[in-house]
Amino acid sequence: MWIILLFLALGTLAGVALRRQQRLLSWANRGATTAVYLLLFLLGISVGGNQAAMSALGSLGTQALLLSLSGVAGSVLLALLLYRWLFCERD
Amino acid sequence: MRNSLLILTCFFAGLLLTRQTRLPGWLTDDRASLYTLYALLFLVGVGVGSNGQTWTILRRINWKIVLVPAIVVLGTLLGAGLAAHFLPGISWQEGMAVGAGFGYYSLSSILISQMHSDRLGVVALLANIMREMLTLLLTPLLARYLGKLAPIAAAGATAMDTTLPIISRFTGSEYATIAVFSGLVLTVLVPFLLLLLLG
Repeated sequence: MWIILLFLALGTLAGVALRRQQRLLSWANRGATTAVYLLLFLLGISVGGNQAAMSALGSLGTQALLLSLSGVAGSVLLALLLYRWLFCERD
Repeated sequence: MRNSLLILTCFFAGLLLTRQTRLPGWLTDDRASLYTLYALLFLVGVGVGSNGQTWTILRRINWKIVLVPAIVVLGTLLGAGLAAHFLPGISWQEGMAVGAGFGYYSLSSILISQMHSDRLGVVALLANIMREMLTLLLTPLLARYLGKLAPIAAAGATAMDTTLPIISRFTGSEYATIAVFSGLVLTVLVPFLLLLLLG
């Protein structure tokens, strides 16, 4: 799967080269949005055909909520420490 | 917000469609989404590389600002990993991978479903959409009680686009620059961290 980094790097180089081509860039942006919708649609198709995932949909939602809350809590806590330590002397 | 609703609609449309009808083989074949994923990654790169702000911000970078995305990575992975450790049916690496989306729900859910499983991809989709929504809802409170870096940390990768307006409104313009920088770094880190955690 390391090939995904290759595509990301190639895209970044292309983006730097094309940064003045507004029309091309707006097409690229629209393309990315379309690709996202298409991929999520395909993920839906794949999950819908997967009995194990379908029967666990409710518990997957609970897992998601708890992981989301704890990830936010962890990062906000460290952000508070960093802010007190380095950023807030001006306030 | 509108975008995340559209994303969920696409996901559930696919989900319902495959329950109702027999779909042609090329739609259920993994290769269709793999090639679309490569195209998406290329286009995401184009967006990052061509972003005018990327280069002005990189010129003003200093070590204090670099610490912001670093603590977001650390805090998110520790928080999500720890929660997963206590949750049934999910390992700490899987929990960290879900956290490593940093709110970038489209790319992280797709990458995780390709690299690991559809089940974890769904968790990543929901958890990261929730992260964006939590940030939109909590930013005024976070900025007031937990410091001006707190909304930027909660926002994760979304600090450079969808949650930037509200962050900038409640923290001020100098923090908006930090928000864009942090969001940009986290956006680029998503695929790297997922490869390290799941690859």
